[in-house]
Amino acid sequence: MSVRLAVEKLGVGYRGDGRETEVLKDVSFELGAGERLAIIGESGSGKSTLALAIAGLLPATARVDGSIRWPELGRLPANGRDLGFVFQDPSSSFNPVLTIGEQIAEVARAHLGLGWRQAYARAEMLLGRVRLPDPSSMLKAFPHQLSGGQRQRVAIAEAIAARPGLLIADEATSALDTIVQAEIVRLIEELTAEDGMSLLFISHDIALASQIADHIAVFRNGRLVEIGKAGQIVGAPREAYTKSLLAAHMGLDTPSLLAPEGAA
Amino acid sequence: MSAPLLTATNLSKRFDSRGRTVAALDDVSFEVAPGETLALVGPSGSGKTTAARALVRLTELDGGDIRFEGEDLLALRGARLRAVRARLQMVFQDPRAAFNPRATVARVLDDPLRIHGIVPRRERPEAIAQLLQRVGLSPDLEARALHEISGGQRQRVAIARAIATRPRLIVLDEAVSALDVSVRGQILQLLLDLQRAQNIAYLFISHDLGVVRAVAHRIAIMDHGRIVETGRAAEVIANPQSDTGQALVAAAPKLRHST
Repeated sequence: MSVRLAVEKLGVGYRGDGRETEVLKDVSFELGAGERLAIIGESGSGKSTLALAIAGLLPATARVDGSIRWPELGRLPANGRDLGFVFQDPSSSFNPVLTIGEQIAEVARAHLGLGWRQAYARAEMLLGRVRLPDPSSMLKAFPHQLSGGQRQRVAIAEAIAARPGLLIADEATSALDTIVQAEIVRLIEELTAEDGMSLLFISHDIALASQIADHIAVFRNGRLVEIGKAGQIVGAPREAYTKSLLAAHMGLDTPSLLAPEGAA
Repeated sequence: MSAPLLTATNLSKRFDSRGRTVAALDDVSFEVAPGETLALVGPSGSGKTTAARALVRLTELDGGDIRFEGEDLLALRGARLRAVRARLQMVFQDPRAAFNPRATVARVLDDPLRIHGIVPRRERPEAIAQLLQRVGLSPDLEARALHEISGGQRQRVAIARAIATRPRLIVLDEAVSALDVSVRGQILQLLLDLQRAQNIAYLFISHDLGVVRAVAHRIAIMDHGRIVETGRAAEVIANPQSDTGQALVAAAPKLRHST
C-alpha cells in the first residue's frame, strides 16, 4: 500500500492577544492509499485543527512546523480535487441560492475541466451514488429544502465530485440522529471502498470510529496519544487515556447506573 | 407504584411545513412517577422535543391534557403557573443558549431564588454557595461569567439553577449530548445522585440509546409524532418490538473489538 499522506512532526500554534496557543505538538503518522483512519479526541484535542492543516485551510496567521507530504502527487494538493472535505454542518459549505445540481456541477467543472452539460450529468450520477432518491429532480432542489441527512449526502457528493484521493469527514455525522448517522457512516464506507479513497474520519465517538476505521489515532491536548489498528486500540489499548475513553463509552451492553437494576 | 407526578393525555400538535400539515404530536400519552426517569427516544422530527417543550409551556398544544401534581397545567395562569414552574424545570442541550453569556454564575443562580421567593435575600449568598457545592462546583466560580467557564461547568450551573427551586420534575432535553464523554459520565452521575437524594423525576429526551440504557427506568420510543413502544429500559433495548425501536438499537454505535 503506497503512502498517500505523510504527516511529520506537525506543530500548529494560533497567535492572538500577543500570546500563542499551541494546538498541535509533534504529530506524525502516515495514511496509506485506501486506508481509513479515525482521529479521536475530546474538545481541545486538536483534531479539527489537524483536518484544517491537512486541507490547507488554517488561517494565514497560524504558525505551522513540520511537514505534510503527499508522496503520490509530488506537488501540493488542490483542495476539492485531491481532497474532499465534509463538515459537521453542511450548510456552511453550500451557497444557499444555488441549486444542488449547480453546486456539485461547479466542483466537477472547476476540477475536471468538464463543460456544464457534462458536469450536470456527473452531478446527477453522484446524487445517485450517495443514494438520494430521484436524482434528476434533486438537481433542481435548494439546500434548505432538504433534511439534515439529505444535506449531508449532498455534501458528500460534492466532496467526491472530482474523485479525490482523500476524503476528510470532520464530525460529519455528529449533528444527525443515530439512525441517519449509521446510514451516512455506511455510505462513506462504501464510497471509499469503491473509489479506493483514503479516509480521515474525525470524531469524538470511539465506538463509531471502530466501526468504520482500519486504524484509530487518539488525540489529547494537541498530542497524538496512541495510534494502531482499530481492533488493537479498542481491544488492547496501551495508554491510560485511551482506556478512559473506552470506559466512558455508553453502549447497549453498559450496565445501568441505576442501582439495583430492576428495583425502581 | 405511587400516584403519577405527571400525566400527559392525548397530546396533539400540528405544524405547517412546506404547505403540508405535519403532526408533531399525534395522540401522545405518558406518565411519570415521582423519582422516576422516563426517557423519550426517537429520531429527529419524532416529536420528542415538542413533547418536552409542551410540558414547560414553551409550545402551545392543539389538544390534550397535562396534570402535574394533580393540577391542570394547561389551564394555569399568572402566580399559580409561576409556582408550578418552580417545581417543573428544564435543562437544555446548550446552556449558552439559555443564559445571558455575560451574566455571572451567582446572578444565574440568584434569579430563580429571588423570582420564586425560595430564600430571603440575606440568605441567598449562602444558598448559592450550597447549590454550587451540590453540583460539584467550587464556590469560587460564583463571580465568573458563563462564557469564561467550560461546557461541563456550564451544564452543572444549568442543573444548579434547575434544582434551586426544589423541583419535582426536570425535563432534560439532550442535556448531555454536547458534552465530552469524560464529562458526560460525571454529569449523569450527578443527576442520579440528585434524584436519589431528593426524589426528583426526570423526563430524559435523547437520541442516544446507550445513555438512556444507563440512566432511565422506562423508555417511550417516538416516531412521526407518536409513541410507538414503551416499557422498562433494559427490556425495550434487549428486545425492541417496534420498527423504530429495532432501527435505533441496530444504529447505536458499538465498539468493534476485532478488525
